[in-house]
Amino acid sequence: MSCLQTIQDYGLRSIGIGERLLPRSDFTLCEQFTLIGSGMIWNIYFGVMALATGFFLATAVALGKASSRKWLRKPSEWFIFIFRGSPLFIQFFFAYFLFLSLKKTYPMFDAFTSAWLGALIVLFLNTAAYSGEIFYGALRSIPKGDIEAADAYGMSGWSRFRRIVWPTMLRLAWPAYTNEAIFLFHATTLVFFSAFPAWQQRGDALYYASYFADKTFNPFVPYPILAFYFILLTLVIVGVFGLINKRLNRHLPVARKAKMRFRLNLAR
Amino acid sequence: MFSYCADPDTLGTFRWFSCYLTNGVHWSFYLSFIKVLALLAVTAPVALAFGFAGAMAARSHVPPLGWLGKGYIAIVRGVPDIAFFLFFVIALDQGFEWMRHQVLCPDWTDPIRQGNDFLVCPQAKLPLGTAPEWVHETYGFFLAVITFSIVFGAFAANVLFGGMRAVPLAQLETAEAYGMTRRQTFWRILVPQMWVYALPGLSNLWMVLIKATPLLFLLGVEDIVYWARELGGTKTSKFTAYPHGDWRIWYFLFLLIFYLGMTRVSEIGLERLMRRLSHGQATAAGELLRKETTA
Repeated sequence: MSCLQTIQDYGLRSIGIGERLLPRSDFTLCEQFTLIGSGMIWNIYFGVMALATGFFLATAVALGKASSRKWLRKPSEWFIFIFRGSPLFIQFFFAYFLFLSLKKTYPMFDAFTSAWLGALIVLFLNTAAYSGEIFYGALRSIPKGDIEAADAYGMSGWSRFRRIVWPTMLRLAWPAYTNEAIFLFHATTLVFFSAFPAWQQRGDALYYASYFADKTFNPFVPYPILAFYFILLTLVIVGVFGLINKRLNRHLPVARKAKMRFRLNLAR
Repeated sequence: MFSYCADPDTLGTFRWFSCYLTNGVHWSFYLSFIKVLALLAVTAPVALAFGFAGAMAARSHVPPLGWLGKGYIAIVRGVPDIAFFLFFVIALDQGFEWMRHQVLCPDWTDPIRQGNDFLVCPQAKLPLGTAPEWVHETYGFFLAVITFSIVFGAFAANVLFGGMRAVPLAQLETAEAYGMTRRQTFWRILVPQMWVYALPGLSNLWMVLIKATPLLFLLGVEDIVYWARELGGTKTSKFTAYPHGDWRIWYFLFLLIFYLGMTRVSEIGLERLMRRLSHGQATAAGELLRKETTA
């Protein structure tokens, strides 16, 4: 069977299009590349969706934590503490069993027990907490002069936030936020290794990589393939976020532009 | 555990829980918490040592050693850590068996990889097929410790490397001016001063390490996640004296609270440590401490 045929059969296997049965023996390199790459669809789906939705909650949480009102500050602090202080792995398990028991009383929670929605909610809350903390740090380091200048121009409330506070916060937080994005994508590999079932063997990249490693008992092929895909993905993220960073900093003189320095922020 | 547990009247009373929570399997559950703490206690210093060696290698002026150190650090970037965990557990196991195979059975002619099998001679199996259960468990735990140490060693190497570079250059130049050799400068000037710069990174790492412990479950160790799933699942009276419905959510809630507690305690402890290490250092925190004590 040619490699092109394999790609046609398994390229979209992770979302249920193509051949139903996974290869069982005599795995070719092409099959491993195709299936693991097909699994990346899930990683990208979870990462992009969680980032896109988590961004807004993160802004809200950061503003809440920086607020002087206690009833806004306390819930935000607790939210950040709970999601940053416990392992994502345990959060997945807990959420799955929570949805499972909710499903028994309310059938409408049926969709929540499957990974595409349930795990996405956990990732959304998790990344909101991590980015919220980043944004909060950035909010606190907005130069005092910027806000005083806004006041001097007669800006207040929403217009000051929209035109001064928020853009500056994003600009300051962006390098750290890029890291957060990278590690969020890495964290998506946990989904199918916690409680969420991979229905009809539609899993993510790591799910297929470990499938091959288990079947062939040879970890030296599938995991490097996975690593290759993830390094590629990381480069893409760095590129995209770098472009946004450039736009956020476009008004600054060249010398003062914040360089994108990537600090290792590791697992969660 | 308690004598009243044999009495059927306790059923349905609150005392039922005291019986349920002290039965045999629950002791295994509690023991697995000690397993997690033991993993932390063993891994943290070993990973720190790995990290120190890695950072020293990365600083080295001998090209291959420098590449090795930098490569070790760089390898953890860009790839999910869970992939490393899954990879190293099999790779280390096969590596050990392969080495034993080379030593113990030199006249074995069959290839080791036959299709989808990894076959070494029976004497080289690790642990031996005849070994008792606890050897298997200990070996699994041992593999987990090495895996954690390798992965977190690379993280620590990155942090320590950064800490070493953060020490003001003037300090090193002064040492050189006093006629110290490179080795002396490293051990007497650089190492004592780098900790305060590395500590924020290291405390972050410690938090990450705590939060990575549930991954033990993926490495095949019977840890707290394993037992929480086991014990929480629905039990019928056919198999146990303590039937109950699906309680996994409560068990995992307990684990969640356990980890939150661990995080909080570590936060407080690390804050104190930072305070102590900042003492007398030429940093903003050290300056603050000086003002506090002299004022």
